[in-house]
Amino acid sequence: MSGHSSYVPTNRFMRWVDARLPLPRLVYDSFVAFPVPRNLNYAYTFGGILSLMLGIQIVTGVVLAMHYSGNSALAFHSVEQIMRDVNWGWLMRYMHANGASFFFVAVYIHIFRGLYYGSYKAPREILWILGVVIFLLMMATAFMGYVLPWGQMSFWGATVITGFFTAFPIIGDPIQQLLLGGFAVDNATLNRFFSLHYLLPFMIAGVVILHIWALHVTGQTNPTGVEVKTKDDVVPFTPHATIKDGLGMVVFLLFYCWFVFYMPNFLGHPDNYIPANPLKTPAHIVPEWYFLPFYAMLRAITFNIGPIDSKLGGVLVMFGSIIVLFFLPWLDTSRVRSAVYRPIYRIFFWVLVVDTIFLGWLGSRPAEGIYPTLALIGTIYYFAHWLVILPVLGLVETPRKLPASIAEAVLGPNYASGTAAGAAPPSGSVSAPENR
Amino acid sequence: MKKLLAALLAGGLMIIPAAHAQDKEGEAASPSPQAAAPAPSESEVTSNVAGDEAAAEEGEHETPHYPLKRPAELAWTFAGPFGHWDLQQLQRGYKVYKEVCAACHSMELVAFRNLEALGYSEDQVKAIAGDYTVTDGPNGDGDMFERPAIPSDHFPSPFANPEAAAAANNGAAPPDLSLIAKARAVERGFPRFVFDTVTQYQEAGPDYIHALLTGYGQNPPPGTVIQPGTHFNPYFIGGPALAMPPPLSADAVTYDDGTPGTVDQYARDVSSFLMWAAEPHLVERKATGFVVMLYLLIFAALVYLVKKRVWANTPH
Ligand code: HEC
Repeated sequence: MSGHSSYVPTNRFMRWVDARLPLPRLVYDSFVAFPVPRNLNYAYTFGGILSLMLGIQIVTGVVLAMHYSGNSALAFHSVEQIMRDVNWGWLMRYMHANGASFFFVAVYIHIFRGLYYGSYKAPREILWILGVVIFLLMMATAFMGYVLPWGQMSFWGATVITGFFTAFPIIGDPIQQLLLGGFAVDNATLNRFFSLHYLLPFMIAGVVILHIWALHVTGQTNPTGVEVKTKDDVVPFTPHATIKDGLGMVVFLLFYCWFVFYMPNFLGHPDNYIPANPLKTPAHIVPEWYFLPFYAMLRAITFNIGPIDSKLGGVLVMFGSIIVLFFLPWLDTSRVRSAVYRPIYRIFFWVLVVDTIFLGWLGSRPAEGIYPTLALIGTIYYFAHWLVILPVLGLVETPRKLPASIAEAVLGPNYASGTAAGAAPPSGSVSAPENR
Repeated sequence: MKKLLAALLAGGLMIIPAAHAQDKEGEAASPSPQAAAPAPSESEVTSNVAGDEAAAEEGEHETPHYPLKRPAELAWTFAGPFGHWDLQQLQRGYKVYKEVCAACHSMELVAFRNLEALGYSEDQVKAIAGDYTVTDGPNGDGDMFERPAIPSDHFPSPFANPEAAAAANNGAAPPDLSLIAKARAVERGFPRFVFDTVTQYQEAGPDYIHALLTGYGQNPPPGTVIQPGTHFNPYFIGGPALAMPPPLSADAVTYDDGTPGTVDQYARDVSSFLMWAAEPHLVERKATGFVVMLYLLIFAALVYLVKKRVWANTPH
């Protein structure tokens, strides 16, 4: 949290630096003394995990780029050379490919955590919006990265996705040609995708800095949704959050490594081990798993709506499904943040989770039979959640009684009676809780 | 050509009849991939028409899903967290590849020197390479010339180019086998794919190849249209029949180690070999993984203890 700095340089050299560039002070205030609510659970460790994943992606990506050829005639073979002949190349590539997937695993948990605890509400609107921007940048980066190995799915995925833009009248075709560098996916496309794929992660890193800055201005939310009020509500970031985040990261890495070392191709598509062939369309073009809910919404619109044909309708719905998140802070009318104290919202939250997974499953199904209808139902519900349920629910729902403070929620009701430090915590420890 | 036909008919859990899907997708949003593709070559145009007809016909009835039968899950030595190669088996598989498959299939990504991983000595690899002839050049006079292969050369391809390969094989070019064990997998479907994350099932490729190679000679279900020059195989992922004639027959390859020469044995051995060709670092990967997992587990335990200690006096 902003506010006054408690950093005290410990020696003359640090004093000298501090007077000229207070970088150590910034680090100290942000990652050592920074007060965090004492009641954060493990859902709150995903911010740290995401930073770790971004780091892993950048480091492995920079090494891969040293061996990769961004040329359509060479790209597929250069990736295979990395896999076969570069020392530890297989590890770099599998870490990077699965790292993208686990980046999305983490970001989805992070986003849903934000939804559950109302992290997007005032005064954290900008923090939330920056998060949505990061999510969009991640999607663009991942999509372009998937094109680089120049396998069948790379090629046809790029063809289909850049084709979305042709749905827009007038500007659609020029946009598509700009993206492709021509009239079809080809070497020019690969070149620009490689360039942008290298650029965007650093833009993500930049927005992440803003995201964390905004976080440190408003402070973190917490499972009660009650703002921090006194010193008793918080603990210093180090060692409390550092060690907890650390544990979250190591456990997350265990899952990640399970895939990297034992099933590195589980999340990929076998067709991407076939070199790109513009003359041969794969039987079924599917995006990476983390795009499937959006892909389902795209294909759910199979009918024209007035002047909007089904293709444009699908594209608008797909983009809209993310755009709507920008407005979330104003769509949710409830004054209570946390779903813990919103019994009805909590149900709708879980329905949304199920709906998203359902859409993801539909995205992996062929667009035939009953599936487009189911996708349409799922899509309607998805939008209804944001545009109808949230605004109305905030007005009609009776929230449970909020605790007076975080400390009260944690230490029990007696805490509020003023005997703060002396109040015995509900269970276990006999010694005074706070001031050891 | 069969391939495209097959693609247009393809079903299975992961794949859909492309003709149908493309129509739908075209309507729904994405541009028809077919339309975006450059004009197909002549042979493909013909097969395309055939495919559309077949697909139209198919539309009347149940959509067939390919493969018609799922491959059996075999026990492979390289499966699981402690997977390892059976070098004898890889050598046998290599022999099958060399004496049978190499007549039609290339394996461009594999170099002779890689064969040392199968347990061959450097001299043996030199001798193996020496049996092949590769084109090199140009020499000082500007001419290409032929010379015996050396260990750093890659396996030469049986055909000069894909067109020649297709022309010699009823219009379907035999695919390169370097990555085939990772480039084919029958979709597992729900809930199997969830269990797979725990059982580490990653052998869909070799299972598929084995099933395909041993799946010939069965009777097609009534009403199945088998195009001339193709062979019914219920395990083929792209349609009811494929252009590859049954490549294996009993005792076609003589094993030096006395292993009986059955079609099933050949298929197992060559599938293992192809898994190695597709993923030469597989065993090294799993062995590294074990150390990494062990390290992370111990580290996680230590971090957990420190965390408990740090938070011991802080109710939260
Ligand atoms: C007579 C030539 C010939 C021989 C010998 C041959 N193949 Fe094939 N193979 C083909 C052709 C042609 C295709 C393409 C079939 C199609 O797409 O219709 C093919 C396709 C394949 C496929 C891919 C099937 C798919 O899912 O697309 C595999 C795997 C395969 N062969 C493995 C082998 C193995 C292993 C051997 C050696 C035991 C072998 N082949 C020997 C001609 C041959």
